[in-house]
Amino acid sequence: MANKVLMKGNEAIAEAAILAGCRHYFGYPITPQTEIAAYMAKRMPKIGGVFLQAESEVSAINMVYGVAGAGFRVMTSSSSPGISLKAEGISYIAGSDLPALIVNVQRGGPGLGGIQPSQSDYFQATRGGGHGDYHLLVYAPASVQEMADLTVLGFEKADEYRMPAMILADGTMGQMMEPVELPSGESKTFEKPWALSGTKCERPHNVVNSLYLKPEKLEEVNFARYERYRKIEETETMYESYLMEDAEYCVVAFGIAARVAKNAVIAARAKGIRVGMIRPITLWPFPKAPLAEAAKTVKAFLSVELSMGQMIEDVELATRSQKPVLLCNRAGGMIPTPEEVLGAIENMTKGV
Amino acid sequence: MKTTNLLIAGFGGQGVLFAGKFLAYKGLLEGKQLSWLPSYGPEMRGGTANCSVIISDEPVGSPIVSNPDVLMVMNLPSLDKYEDATVAGGKIFVDSTLIERKVERTDVDAYYIPATRLAKEAGFPTLANMIMVGKLIKETGMVSFDGIREALSKVVSAKHADLLEINLKAIETGYNYAE
Repeated sequence: MANKVLMKGNEAIAEAAILAGCRHYFGYPITPQTEIAAYMAKRMPKIGGVFLQAESEVSAINMVYGVAGAGFRVMTSSSSPGISLKAEGISYIAGSDLPALIVNVQRGGPGLGGIQPSQSDYFQATRGGGHGDYHLLVYAPASVQEMADLTVLGFEKADEYRMPAMILADGTMGQMMEPVELPSGESKTFEKPWALSGTKCERPHNVVNSLYLKPEKLEEVNFARYERYRKIEETETMYESYLMEDAEYCVVAFGIAARVAKNAVIAARAKGIRVGMIRPITLWPFPKAPLAEAAKTVKAFLSVELSMGQMIEDVELATRSQKPVLLCNRAGGMIPTPEEVLGAIENMTKGV
Repeated sequence: MKTTNLLIAGFGGQGVLFAGKFLAYKGLLEGKQLSWLPSYGPEMRGGTANCSVIISDEPVGSPIVSNPDVLMVMNLPSLDKYEDATVAGGKIFVDSTLIERKVERTDVDAYYIPATRLAKEAGFPTLANMIMVGKLIKETGMVSFDGIREALSKVVSAKHADLLEINLKAIETGYNYAE
C-alpha cells in the first residue's frame, strides 16, 4: 500500500504518459477530460516538455501528427465531440504509419450531447473513426490502475506497430479516484529509423506521407498494413475472464459497464445463477476467440453497454450468433445500476 | 467482508467532495480498497454536489453508490432525494442547522448534528463538513479515528498547514459531539 497514491483517472493517464517518456502534449479543453490537460500544463514545463493548448482540436491532432513524424512520444486527449474533430488527423496518422496516443474520455452523444459518461464512441474507436481502411489499438480501462498501465502499454504498442493507439475511457473513469501504483518509468522504447530526425547529410531523406496517387501502390500499402493488423489480432488481444469456468450465461462488458456488471454477476451467483463475465480490455483487437469458445458452452450472452448497443455487434460476430446475444443498456450519460443488470441477467435465464 | 457505501451530498462549496476525499485517503492509509467518485456538472459553484465513497476489504466493483449504507446530507434537497434510497438499517447524518426536518424513515439510524452552527461558534465557519465527518467516523467506524492527522496531511497541502490544525479540530468537535 505504501506505493499507492490516490488519483483521478484523468490524472493517472497524464502522469503515466510522462513516466512513459511522453514530453509532447497537444490538446483543447473539453469536459470530462480537462484534468489531463490541466495536469500536463502544470508538469510539462517543469520537465522540459511541451504543453500546448491549440486553437482547436483539428490543430492539436495535426501537431501530434508532426511530432509523431519526428519520432517522439506524443499524445492528445479529448472527449467525444473533440475526437470527431480529430478524426481526419487520426486517419492521416494511421495512413502515415505513425505512433501516437489519443485519449477519448467519452461523454454522451451524438452532437454536442452531454457531459455525463458514455460508451457510445465504440463504433468510432473500433472502426478507426476517420476515412479509409485502418484500425487503432483501442484500450478500455476499467480502473484507475488500468488508466495508468494501459497508457504506458498504449505508447509502447503504438511504437512497436507504428500505429496510433487509443485509450477509450468515459467520464466516470476519468473523474473517479482510486489507489494507483504508478508505473516504474522504465518504458520499453523502439528504434525509429523512419523518423524525420534530420539526415545530417549521412542518409537519404525519410518521407512521412499518406498520399499514394498510384492505386497499385496504395493497395499494396493497405495490404501490408492489414498483414500487420492480423499479427496484432493474434498477439495483442487482452481480456479478463471472470467466473467463466462453469458459466451457463456470459456477460460481456468493458470499462465502467464492466464494473457495474461485476456487482450484478456476484449478486446473480448468490442467487444460484451460473453466470460469468468476459471483459474486453482491448476493443480492437476484439477478444473474438474467448467469446467463440464460450459460445460452445453458454446458453446466452448479455452485452452491457452505455450506448444504444454497439459492442453487441462484435459479440454477435465473434460468436457467429450461435447463441442469443441480449442487450442491457443505458444511454445519453445514464449508467445502469447493478440491480438493472441483475434483472437483465435474470430475464436472460428465463427467456432462453 | 465489510464494505461501506457512503454518499455525501449538499450544495457546491460546502466541502462535500473534500470530506469524501479525506475519508478515501484515510481508507488508503488503512490499507483498504476504495473508490471516490464525484458528481460533476458544468457549474463552478452553487448547484448540487455529491460524491460516492466506497471503502471495503474487497476490491470495489461499481464505484457508483445509488443505495448508500451511510448517507451524509448538508442540505434539504439532498435529504429529500436520497433518504428513500438509503438501505434499511443504514445510517443518515443530517446537518440539523441547515435541515429543519427530521428523517422520516424508521428503519434507519438518524443522527442530527448542528454542524454549521458548531462550526461558526468554533470560529471555522467553512468546516461544517469536517464536523459531520467526525461524527460519521464515531458512529460508523468505516475508518478509524486514529491517524486522522496523517490522512489530513494528504488532502491539505503543506502550504496551508494552519488549515490542517483547524480541520483536525473540526473532526474532533464532531467526533465528541453528543446529541
